[in-house]
Amino acid sequence: MREAFDYIEMKIPAMPEYVGVIRLTLSGIASRMGFTYDLIDDLKIAVSEAITNAVQHAYKKDEGGEVVVGFGLYQDRLEVMVADSGKSFDINKARDEIGPYNENSQIEFLREGGLGLYLIESLMDEVKIHQNEGVTVFMTKYLEGEQVERNVETIST
Amino acid sequence: MNISISLTEIGSELHAKLTGEIDAYTAPQVKESLHPYAEKAGVKMIVDLTDVSYMDSTGLGVFVGLFKKLKSENGNLILTGLSDRLKRLFEITGLADVMNVNTEVEGGV
Repeated sequence: MREAFDYIEMKIPAMPEYVGVIRLTLSGIASRMGFTYDLIDDLKIAVSEAITNAVQHAYKKDEGGEVVVGFGLYQDRLEVMVADSGKSFDINKARDEIGPYNENSQIEFLREGGLGLYLIESLMDEVKIHQNEGVTVFMTKYLEGEQVERNVETIST
Repeated sequence: MNISISLTEIGSELHAKLTGEIDAYTAPQVKESLHPYAEKAGVKMIVDLTDVSYMDSTGLGVFVGLFKKLKSENGNLILTGLSDRLKRLFEITGLADVMNVNTEVEGGV
């Protein structure tokens, strides 16, 4: 038997003013499921980063478009899917440009962007990225949230 | 889902108080209001984040940009009033080690 879950989907114009609208919805869903305040905040950042990537990409090329956000509510976890509308970007290039800063970084070489994917991977328990014509990010957060704490510790050392 | 920005200039110091959320929509507004001050020589910019309830990488990007500009003009950037959540964001990304991040609000303005 398939695992039971509720599904909620929203579609927004690929514009920065709507990222906050998704955050409000996400807060509602996550608190309904019983996530703690800290975990809700992790979710808000990770999901916002994914939408911001989609929006900024659409914006750069002046193509407009839409972003679809789906929420899968399971007994023990929340799955969030963020899909852009078919405008592809180079995920491998994006991956090369992510990662934390380190204290030896020369100030003039500090990047002003590119932290989005890194934050998604740090704050969520599982992340999958599919790239066909567009990019779809699948992110999972478990209700206990023990996994992410371990991840963050590994990264900060 | 909005940001309000209040600025007070005292000699070569700029005190900025931000209230609201810093995300893809509001980060450009923060950048636009603060960057002109960072371009002058020797400015000490003190940004109070006590009432910032949400921030993500778009906000971090703005502060990295300001930090770089101020340093290149012999200025300084001081961030104050960070909540534990904001502190964590700076720590995860490694920025806390690079930039001057205080958690106390500076008194006696």
